Amino acid sequence: MNPTPLAAAQHSLTSCHVCELLVKVSATQHNVHLHCPRCGAVLHLRKPNSIARTWALVIAAFIFYIPANVLPVMTVTSLGKTQADTILSGVIYLLVHGMWPLALLIFFASVVVPMLKLVILAYLLISVQRRSPWRPYDRTRLYRITEAVGRWSMVDIYVVTILVALVHLGNLATIRAELGAVFFGAVVVITILAANIFDPRLIWDHRESSHE
Amino acid sequence: MSKPTLCACHECDLLQNLPLPPSGGAAKCRRCGAVLYRHKRNSLDRTLAFSLAGLILFIVANTFPFLAFKMQGQVTETLLITGVRDLYLQGMWGLAALVLFTTILVPAIQLALLLYILIPLKLRRVPWQLPKVFRLLRELTPWGMLEVFMLGILVSIVKLAGMATIVPGLALWSFAVLIFVLAGAFASLDPHLVWERVRYRA
Repeated sequence: MNPTPLAAAQHSLTSCHVCELLVKVSATQHNVHLHCPRCGAVLHLRKPNSIARTWALVIAAFIFYIPANVLPVMTVTSLGKTQADTILSGVIYLLVHGMWPLALLIFFASVVVPMLKLVILAYLLISVQRRSPWRPYDRTRLYRITEAVGRWSMVDIYVVTILVALVHLGNLATIRAELGAVFFGAVVVITILAANIFDPRLIWDHRESSHE
Repeated sequence: MSKPTLCACHECDLLQNLPLPPSGGAAKCRRCGAVLYRHKRNSLDRTLAFSLAGLILFIVANTFPFLAFKMQGQVTETLLITGVRDLYLQGMWGLAALVLFTTILVPAIQLALLLYILIPLKLRRVPWQLPKVFRLLRELTPWGMLEVFMLGILVSIVKLAGMATIVPGLALWSFAVLIFVLAGAFASLDPHLVWERVRYRA
């Protein structure tokens, strides 16, 4: 093992985030847009303004999370009666009808995962800003988890889409998508973007500067 | 890739020698454990085979009946695109666009780009604008959500089971297989093999 692990950035080297070619970036070029000679992507030592941009998206998603859970995601009109369904009432419906594994799944994908993802991203941002040296390996793993599970929150959007397509029998039964679904979709998209914009290399940067 | 090459981990930026793992093996970052490189068997041939199969399945999944809904003598037949159309008709164009993008457009573009890249490479030619096309292909990856849509179908079927009969169509089965075929295509694709074909000036 190399006793002093070094970041590529300290050697003015950066790996292209697209094709992973190692490129020399000279100090004078730091603020110029530099392109990867092989694939043409813009090169950065770290993703630009990663912390500020990720914060902006995390806060936006926190705000949208509220209407996404409070407003109905769909309304069911059946024989003249109209019933509005929120994400949670959908979970409760499944629970009452004895489909608890499914209820648990939806609860996890739609309520727990988006919130957990936002909390983890906020924690990673704070820890990077406070230059925390605490367990970088585990924090990198946390990041990988948020990146991987976020997509599953889309399941409720798809359920609404499929129900809307299947159930339009005029007066007998009709299902409409409602505003809550729009906010919910926005939360999912924004959290995926936030995870993409956060630069996990920031987690390790403080460690190296403390070696100097 | 015969001698060890220097590389920087994309997750923690540690500079290290990239060892050449045995065929079917993977090289991981010494510090954070991120996978740096996977050595895949017959990468290009396998990916091309998966992509061609995927194209056929995609066409079937989008043209044949997807799900049918039977309730008190009334039958509603739907295609994969029906949900998108109905969301749009209800004024939810943002949701319609999101669903259209993640379940139909992304897989269509991914399959088209894979074939665009792999067929010329197989014929020992370099396709026009290869770096840009391959970059776009990678950027699309987080937005393809076929497997999540499949889970949505299962949940919907269970929810409606009490009030009506749901009949799965040929397109649904194609869609389900397409998920595995697409996953297979990306699992067997070795990006390094593609990037090695790009000529550039350092």
